[in-house]
Amino acid sequence: MTPFTYARAADVADAVRHAAAGAGTKFLGGGTNLVDLMRETVERPTALVDVSGLSAAIAEDDDGGLRIDAAVRNTAIAEHRAVRERYPVLSRAILAGASAQIRNMATLGGNLLQRTRCTYFFDNEGSRCNKRSPGQGCDAIGGFNRNHAILGASSACVATHPSDMAVALAALDAIVHLSAATGERSVSINALHRLPEDRPDIETALAAGELITGVELPARELYAHSTYRKVRDRSSYAFALVSVAAALAVTDGVVSDVRIALGGVAPKPWRAWKAEGALRGGPATSDAFLAAIDAELADASPLSHNAFKVDLARRTVVAVLDELNGASA
Amino acid sequence: MQFVVNGQPVDVECDLRTSLLDLLRDHLHLTGTKKGCNQGACGACTVLVGGDRINACLALAVQMEGREITTIEGLGTAAALHPLQRAFVEHDGFQCGYCTPGQICSAVGMLAELERGVPSHVTPVLTTAQLALTHDELRERMSGNLCRCGAYNGIVEAIAEFHEETP
Repeated sequence: MTPFTYARAADVADAVRHAAAGAGTKFLGGGTNLVDLMRETVERPTALVDVSGLSAAIAEDDDGGLRIDAAVRNTAIAEHRAVRERYPVLSRAILAGASAQIRNMATLGGNLLQRTRCTYFFDNEGSRCNKRSPGQGCDAIGGFNRNHAILGASSACVATHPSDMAVALAALDAIVHLSAATGERSVSINALHRLPEDRPDIETALAAGELITGVELPARELYAHSTYRKVRDRSSYAFALVSVAAALAVTDGVVSDVRIALGGVAPKPWRAWKAEGALRGGPATSDAFLAAIDAELADASPLSHNAFKVDLARRTVVAVLDELNGASA
Repeated sequence: MQFVVNGQPVDVECDLRTSLLDLLRDHLHLTGTKKGCNQGACGACTVLVGGDRINACLALAVQMEGREITTIEGLGTAAALHPLQRAFVEHDGFQCGYCTPGQICSAVGMLAELERGVPSHVTPVLTTAQLALTHDELRERMSGNLCRCGAYNGIVEAIAEFHEETP
């Protein structure tokens, strides 16, 4: 680990003031990813601003939505009564991720900004990685890429985004609140993470020194009828090969509204816009679900070791929508 | 840096890069907490901070300043075993014993979560108020603690028995 200075932020204004001071500054949440990457010297911040003590409130909006502040621990979100009742996909996604120990540490903001678990990205000494060392090349493309992306990747990077929670937030149309020394703004969760193209080292729409202060979940009846399914190599404590976050509303056998997001298959939480468009207003049948996800996956370009993810994603999406459809009958 | 460790206030000088795990082992000589993977994958370093179980290897000590930390040394001693330690002995909940302090601290934290009503990945109905510690629930909730000897059957039996016998 390279040396750094440490400051505990008193409030958001204090945090962003610290961050504006130097290019080597990183915000520190629960540390579960950043501390690990610092130990591997993949991350080498010169200054840490600890934001894990900032607001950890979950508050009901006047319109029935929910505002979750950035320092809320993952466990606290998953166990919150309103999340369990009105946004079950979010509880389920968080509970499918990591271990209880890590969920007790990890914050909302840190979870969104965690880095890929691509092993070549971590292998500072032995592997080429455009995300870690821009311009170096990518050893995953011709290497062991079973866990890598089938959608949205580029010739520079095929790493996946590792979060489960973010996949649920993508399906829930969450709004991400940001703060910087220059002011505040909001972005949709689906515009927060960017695709790698030729700059896989730039992962989000955040400006330098910008801090995630919280997310807002819109109020929609649809979201209460949602779930998350994660397929992985062992039944607990493993990253997703494929995961599906979905919400479904069916009226008289017709899909009146639907949300689908995929995890484990792309460099960002993958909102399945094409599949949703194909389903809305059509019949709520397994055949229609399959045709819809096939439309989404028509763009898939698997690597040498991960073609299985295409079929796994198809079958998992159909199974999840069938489950939601059966439960809504 | 000041902490309260196993009920005792401590004041330690250490480098900012020191993890909570290294603070406990190298500076406070509380070597019950083990360093397995040192990257949050094995759970051998599990301790309780303010009653919540965490991986001490992933926490910078400086982040935990002022917090109450409980390690295996704070739960029981050779002369006065914690009932969970006794249950682990009775049910062969270990072979080499390296993961055991983390398993026991984790189990204490896990049972507090259960009591609080925190659901798990295998909880069938998320809104269930009274959670039962079924075999599947116990295994899922303890999945952050690996045992390389594979003493899982004994570990599960020990925790289940302790839970049943605790009012």
